[in-house]
Amino acid sequence: MAIVEKVELVKKEQIKSDIYKYSVKSDKMANQAKPGQFLEIRVTDSIEPFLRRPISIHNVKKDEGIIEFIFQVKGKGTELLSERKEGELIDIIGPLGEGTFNTNGYEKIAIIGGGIGIFPLYELAKQVKESGKTVNMYLGFRNKDFVILENEYKEVANNFTLATDDGSYGENGFAINFLKDDISKNPVDCIYACGPLPMLKAVQALAKEKNIPCQLSLEERMGCGMGVCIGCAVKYKTETEDTFKRVCREGPVFDANIVEI
Amino acid sequence: MINTEVDFAGIKMKNPVTVASGTFGYGREFSEFIDLNKLGAIITKGTFLKPKLGNKPARVCETAAGMLNSIGLQNPGIEYFRDNDLPWLRQFDTKIILNVGASCLEEYVEVCKIANTLDIDGVELNLSCPNVKAGCMACGTSYEGVKDVTAAVRKVLDKPLIVKLTPNVTDIAMIARGAEDAGADAISAINTLLAMKIDIEKRRPVLANNTGGLSGPAIKPVAVRMVYQIANAVKIPVMGLGGIMNGDDAIEFMLAGAKAISIGAGNFIDPTASIKTIEGIENYMQRHNINDINSIVGAVQMN
Ligand SMILES: Cc1cc2nc3c(=O)[nH]c(=O)nc-3n(C[C@H](O)[C@H](O)[C@H](O)COP(=O)(O)OP(=O)(O)OC[C@H]3O[C@@H](n4cnc5c(N)ncnc54)[C@H](O)[C@@H]3O)c2cc1C
Ligand SMILES: Cc1cc2nc3c(=O)[nH]c(=O)nc-3n(C[C@H](O)[C@H](O)[C@H](O)COP(=O)(O)O)c2cc1C
Repeated sequence: MAIVEKVELVKKEQIKSDIYKYSVKSDKMANQAKPGQFLEIRVTDSIEPFLRRPISIHNVKKDEGIIEFIFQVKGKGTELLSERKEGELIDIIGPLGEGTFNTNGYEKIAIIGGGIGIFPLYELAKQVKESGKTVNMYLGFRNKDFVILENEYKEVANNFTLATDDGSYGENGFAINFLKDDISKNPVDCIYACGPLPMLKAVQALAKEKNIPCQLSLEERMGCGMGVCIGCAVKYKTETEDTFKRVCREGPVFDANIVEI
Repeated sequence: MINTEVDFAGIKMKNPVTVASGTFGYGREFSEFIDLNKLGAIITKGTFLKPKLGNKPARVCETAAGMLNSIGLQNPGIEYFRDNDLPWLRQFDTKIILNVGASCLEEYVEVCKIANTLDIDGVELNLSCPNVKAGCMACGTSYEGVKDVTAAVRKVLDKPLIVKLTPNVTDIAMIARGAEDAGADAISAINTLLAMKIDIEKRRPVLANNTGGLSGPAIKPVAVRMVYQIANAVKIPVMGLGGIMNGDDAIEFMLAGAKAISIGAGNFIDPTASIKTIEGIENYMQRHNINDINSIVGAVQMN
């Protein structure tokens, strides 16, 4: 069950000019957090900016009661968040989202992420690798200036491919092309993806074509993040159901076969 | 001992604090964060005769001290509510008010016929949603329209009837009289203000529906003014809402004439906002030696 808590920012790292990694202390949140879940962060005590900001959980250190999240400064909300100092308290609701990455029964998985969409994939990869299963990881970035956290992600993968769209670093091309080549030789049990919409669409199509289970982590503008406003709707279609689901509640991770993006 | 109990149109609430339609679902999600037993009442998501799919995303966006929404009244329909949400809600010691939406007069009547058979404490008619184009949703903007729908519903509903008004009108007091004249037991105001936000890079409205309803602290001064005008125009009690975030905001509405208040988008920012508002009201009462919350209703002294 999600909780609302003022948690201490115990460690603040700037990992790029506009990207920060925050470690916050909350035993309760760390204890329950599952891969794929997110937090709703209040960036001010005032009413402006008004809404909380959804940010994915990147890493969970259960034994220390630490949750890490990484965010890029985009607009005024993340700007304010980036001004917080170690030792300060941050008002957070979490962990949120009942649709989490599900790895039951899979022995060998592929994880593909693009740009700042890679953050929710770390905890997933870490847990799967720790449990002795195989993680093939594919990360794509626009060019070498956008590459982040290469070493961290390499550590939680058994096989690791990093690609840039222009070839300025790592492999040359879209990450999905490498995933595609690999799975035609060496199939995987499930594909997990998070990243820009065009990438998610391509992964969804690939998984369908190869008939491989696939789970996508989605983003949508949210009002509350807790399931009550039904703002973050995504089209969901099965044989019996044609409806909207809430990204914040039934998601943010969805079965790629059912969700329409 | 201070008294926070209010008799709102026959609904005896342990305190004047309710949670607004569409900002609290049917209560389940927020039961993780707060004790629902503490609330004066829960007002449900707008419920129609049949399930509604709602609008395409993007359905929400942030604006200065507020937000826009064009959810399009996604809801599971009254039969689903009756069979699934209501039995669950009834385990709590709080009042349950069903918010009813419809796209024509006949549908309002049909839903309220069913509502009349349910174990609920009252009905709130949403005559005001700006996000549904067709039919009767425009009937909230004239005296006659409001009177006709209210009268038709009154015939089939024995339970307390609250009519919720849209602020998108010139003379809210006259509209409120339409509801009163047709036999409504109470008024609630305000719903959201019709609004638009444009993405200047894309040169397109942010919401897929182009326009949506503005809520949050940005609308509070408008809402306080309207509640004041309504309270002075009708004899039936008024539920005040629009931008309430805490006890001080709630008191402001009550001084303007609201006998009960509702927290809307404030729930999104702080899921415990309703509980903090109850505490804030008690705190204000203690600070000002007020024994009975009813004594401050409409107690503003005009200049
Ligand atoms: C489930 C989920 C997980 C996310 N995880 C991360 C993460 O781990 N790291 C990270 O850097 N970013 C993440 N994002 C995106 C992040 O929420 C936005 O970048 C952030 O809200 C922008 O706020 P702002 O005030 O800086 O920008 P502004 O443009 O000023 O924001 C204005 C409004 O638009 C909303 N908004 C803007 N961009 C987005 C977006 N891409 N998705 C949803 N709402 C948006 C804001 O929340 C705010 O309500 C995630 C989004 C979602 C939905
Ligand atoms: C996401 C959202 C959904 C809403 N849905 C409904 C609804 O179904 N029926 C209704 O009568 N009002 C609905 N409202 C209006 C609120 O109940 C309330 O009147 C309005 O938001 C003003 O109060 P606030 O500023 O405290 O949010 C909705 C508001 C929001 C923000």
